[in-house]
Amino acid sequence: MKCSEFLHELTNYLDGVLDEPTKIELENHLSWCHNCYVVCDTTKKTIEIYRDSQLYELPEDLRTRLRSAIMTKCQQHKKRGPETV
Amino acid sequence: MGAIQNRLEGPVTDELALVQAAKRGDDSAFEELVRRYDRNVFRIAQHITQNREDAEDVVQEAFLKAYGNLAKFQEQSKFYTWLVRIAVNEALMKLRRRKPERTVSLDEDIKTEDDSLPREIADWSPNPEQQYNQAELREILSKTIQGLPPGFRTVFVLRDVEGLSTEETAAALELSVPAVKSRLLRARLQLRERLGRFFQKRENGDGQRDSGDGNR
Repeated sequence: MKCSEFLHELTNYLDGVLDEPTKIELENHLSWCHNCYVVCDTTKKTIEIYRDSQLYELPEDLRTRLRSAIMTKCQQHKKRGPETV
Repeated sequence: MGAIQNRLEGPVTDELALVQAAKRGDDSAFEELVRRYDRNVFRIAQHITQNREDAEDVVQEAFLKAYGNLAKFQEQSKFYTWLVRIAVNEALMKLRRRKPERTVSLDEDIKTEDDSLPREIADWSPNPEQQYNQAELREILSKTIQGLPPGFRTVFVLRDVEGLSTEETAAALELSVPAVKSRLLRARLQLRERLGRFFQKRENGDGQRDSGDGNR
């Protein structure tokens, strides 16, 4: 497997959807190609760091306020009829 | 090195029952759907718009639109995927209004030039999260993802932050599966490279490298 082929399969590999022979071939490539190993490892870390970051969490007070506004508007919509949204 | 585990996928078994009750006019069932997905919609909206007020508007508008169009919702697909599609469209509309001189669409960042090949291979520190406190780290992550074109960050947030499958992401964005995969790869590699500028492994003052890189 060449580096470009590894890169082509990287997303499938990280998502765990590679067939077994390709996965073995890719892992064999990673065992000797340091650059591809680093790219693979740091890309995985990138995904994990964003997934675990709790970036843009909705604060509880804002959440309550938004939900209440949504439900009030839904009630108004129901009274006015379906053509208004 | 194993595969990334998805974070989402809460119980969906009673989702259909809630949707059907909401269709019959049971507003408490709809409110339960709001409770279930408001955090996700907010995160998606803020990732796309990069603006807190716009994200709040998108949450309200997306749920209101879903409420008004519930009768049209085909129950073959998941309610959440349908809701995400509405929210993404609302968020993109916000972007268009803010940047009237530019057309913002999911296709705007499809370039002929293939820039997905890594230019920087430099390794990261073994525990980049520990280099910064929580607030600093959030700022880095936020600034880094802001630099990504909207079409890339939308795919990244749906797949990697919200944990939708490739097929669900494709359905929510009305893209093909290969298009989602191609954008996801580019988004992941661009973020990796940009974060690397902060997290790059450095020589310590005593001449030793950061520990933790010897277990390949």
